[in-house]
Amino acid sequence: MRVVNSPVSKIDGMQIATGAPVYTDDLVNNALVIKLLRSPHAFARIKSIDIERAKKVDGVEYIFTYQDVPKKRFTVAGQSYPEPSPYDRLILDEYVRYVGDEVAIVVAETEKAALKAMKFIKVEYEVLEPVLDFETAMNHPIVVHPEDNLEVNFDIGMQKGKNIVAAYKFEVGDVEAELKKCDTVVEETYYSQAQAHAMMETYRAFSYMDHNGRLNVVSSTQVPFHVRRIMARALDIPKSTVRIIKPRIGGGFGGKQTAVMEFFPAFVTWATGKPAKLVYDRKETFSCTNSRHAMRIKVKIGSDKEGNIEVIDIEALSDTGAFGEHASTVFPLVAEKTLPLYNRVKASRFEGQAVYTNKMPGGALRGYGATQGAFAVETAINKLASVLKVDPITLREKNLIKVGEEHPILHGATTKPSALTSSTLDKCIARGKQLINWDAKYPREIIDDTKVRGLGMAVTMQGSGIANIDTASAEIKLNDDGFYTLLFGATDMGTGCDTILSQMAAEVLDISMDRIIVNSCDTDISPYDPGSYASSTTYVTGNAVIKAAEDIRQQIINKGAEFLGLAPKSTQFEGGIVKSSDGNKEISLNEIAQRLSSSEGQDQLIGKGTFGSETSPPPFIAGFAEVEVDKETGQVDLINYVAVIDCGTLINPKLARIQAEGGLVQGIGMALFEDVIYTDKGKMATNTFMNYKIPSRKDIGKIIVEFEPSYEPTGPFGAKSIGEIVINTPAPAIAHAIYNAVGVFVTSLPITPEKILEFGHPQGAYPKL
Amino acid sequence: MKISVTINNKPAEFDVMPDEYLADSLRRYGYLSIRKGCDTGSCGLCTVWLDDKPILSCSVLSMRAMGKQITTIEGVKEEAKECAQYLVGEGAEQCGFCSPGLIMTILAMKRELVNPTEQDIVHYLNGNLCRCTGYVGQLRAVKKYLGVE
Repeated sequence: MRVVNSPVSKIDGMQIATGAPVYTDDLVNNALVIKLLRSPHAFARIKSIDIERAKKVDGVEYIFTYQDVPKKRFTVAGQSYPEPSPYDRLILDEYVRYVGDEVAIVVAETEKAALKAMKFIKVEYEVLEPVLDFETAMNHPIVVHPEDNLEVNFDIGMQKGKNIVAAYKFEVGDVEAELKKCDTVVEETYYSQAQAHAMMETYRAFSYMDHNGRLNVVSSTQVPFHVRRIMARALDIPKSTVRIIKPRIGGGFGGKQTAVMEFFPAFVTWATGKPAKLVYDRKETFSCTNSRHAMRIKVKIGSDKEGNIEVIDIEALSDTGAFGEHASTVFPLVAEKTLPLYNRVKASRFEGQAVYTNKMPGGALRGYGATQGAFAVETAINKLASVLKVDPITLREKNLIKVGEEHPILHGATTKPSALTSSTLDKCIARGKQLINWDAKYPREIIDDTKVRGLGMAVTMQGSGIANIDTASAEIKLNDDGFYTLLFGATDMGTGCDTILSQMAAEVLDISMDRIIVNSCDTDISPYDPGSYASSTTYVTGNAVIKAAEDIRQQIINKGAEFLGLAPKSTQFEGGIVKSSDGNKEISLNEIAQRLSSSEGQDQLIGKGTFGSETSPPPFIAGFAEVEVDKETGQVDLINYVAVIDCGTLINPKLARIQAEGGLVQGIGMALFEDVIYTDKGKMATNTFMNYKIPSRKDIGKIIVEFEPSYEPTGPFGAKSIGEIVINTPAPAIAHAIYNAVGVFVTSLPITPEKILEFGHPQGAYPKL
Repeated sequence: MKISVTINNKPAEFDVMPDEYLADSLRRYGYLSIRKGCDTGSCGLCTVWLDDKPILSCSVLSMRAMGKQITTIEGVKEEAKECAQYLVGEGAEQCGFCSPGLIMTILAMKRELVNPTEQDIVHYLNGNLCRCTGYVGQLRAVKKYLGVE
């Protein structure tokens, strides 16, 4: 391999690093400015809205209320059709269901005028009692979505009268009977918080009508094709009238897999014919969009005396907030990405529900349920190790899935059981153990009277795309000067997929990357792609790109042979040139392209490829944490974090490393700092970087990343995914390290000093170790 | 109201509102490398120089720039490119949204600190948040750029 597996720099790197105007808000011209009036109540019915005085404010053009919008409910979750998320939203509704839910759309010439007008809108609310505690939401007398016209595309277990959005159950073997036979059973309840994405570029979009009278929306989105479908449904117009353009994206992390706000400018432009833009500020981004689903996860694990794990039983409750975006699909991953790791059990069970509450909706965030599941299950496994008094690494070595072995939900719930085709997880664990210096340091090192260092570890898996559902296409066009245009719909949000997909095409076409132009994404031009989410781009879109490149390569060989007067079999394709097998005759790509685009050839070559997978091969990671805990203050300093990863072949080792480092730090934030606090009235209190702390440069200790590449036979050049898996281990590994330092397993995230003191000091002392 | 400033070594006159912040005025006048990330002066994305000192342009009223010299990344183009090459060389630009502000802080640090240690670098850049890279690659890049062992 020449280009694949080499650390090339991102093709857009220099432009974006030096401030080129290539993001959504840099591209707007003369658009009206939208501001949204939001609900101060967690649950209320709008009795009346008086907009007359507000409309008279100088510069205000339009104000829209719930009386002005289409009455067809839709979902903003970016998922392949038929979406599993319920159609439970309107552009504006008579009911407001969380603090920050939209009440009115104010459209003005300037932001200042819009803000001024907002102050003059008089809203009379019938304030309702909100459902704020997700643990009591089920069967609560107050129903968050009482409306009749809420729809689901298929049965997701919804019982809206009970505030249950979705339910899912999976069971193999007889859990209760097997539990009784176990020598040891550990049981614990874990809580993970509604982590914020906190991408640096907040949500934004603008829209305009084009020369053909079609609605164009430019958006910082991960899912342009899903946004097209969502806009069409929300506005009740044909999909063919909508075009979505995605420029550069300033970070997404799953947040922009949900079309949280594009429908506002789209509606305004469709209703008025005028260009309109909406840029969310940081507070809106924190409190009026989406987040990770907060969950309660109960885990029961049983084993024999030797540490053979016999039973895993998981029960999850997911807080989806006021709307059901990704509600039914996030919580099953708690099981789908944890149970297959321990495939030798005699019985396993997962049962879970997602419930509505009057809080900001949950959504997709890197890890998508696997992160929550990894914290709960891996922490329980570590607890089992401590109860059995065995090394947690030994315990895992004994129980983890190996290549060739099966698990019923290894590739997701929609697949037939099939074997694991690639894994170096054992090597990842062995290497990580060396790098963290496990044998010398485990379990703890006393630094002084108050400070103790502890070691912890966890392993996890993710998938590569959604098996049997998500399908991507790619096209490669040969241009008239012998260079290529690569078209796809995956969305580079900084991850570098434009670069790695172009590496794959260059590899197949045996040409340097500068001869390939990449274009993504414009729904009028790009071939269909669900978008970049579910760890799918390298694997799913990558395989589509390889197919497209192989297709056009064959077409070029055929045409080259024809021009050379040879049979295709008597030629070879090398360095982008078609040569006779004996090397005596050759024709350049440039010449082939020129002759094809003249009256002589009359043939535009376009290669195409579509790929959808029946499996979702998991990447693996072993994470190791070394922390220093101050027993007096509960302060935790992360000293070292080691991660060793099997993501198959590294298409681009440099970009894979950055993905890993970035994901680990986002996971470290979730483990230690990122607290989400609501007031007792249901208002999110942690809505700025002043009170929602993401890690800064001083918070992260030393991060060490290595790879143990396997070769995934179904993957593009043997690759699997990297984007999501990297966020999953920090929470359980750090929780474990803290336990090994001071003897307390904190069971809720983030693990703040207060919680360590609370768990460790009930009688004024930490447990004896 | 009108203010006279020097921007990237050229004299200019900006018409600004009394309550307008410099980041907004600059974007309005086409300096689109200035990005806003937080509204609370806590992310560092909007960093430019005022009289050669790095400031958060989202938290400085435009009027305060009257008679002063503003430098954006466009004004130190070649130097910024050189620095960016190190970032891109590590893949540490990622989404790129925070990069202009980070580069302006790195270049200011280069002028201010003589032979900085790794600790000095981390301290100086701590106010520049990034959610993509986990900072580790950026540190590798800055150390290489400044020749820090």
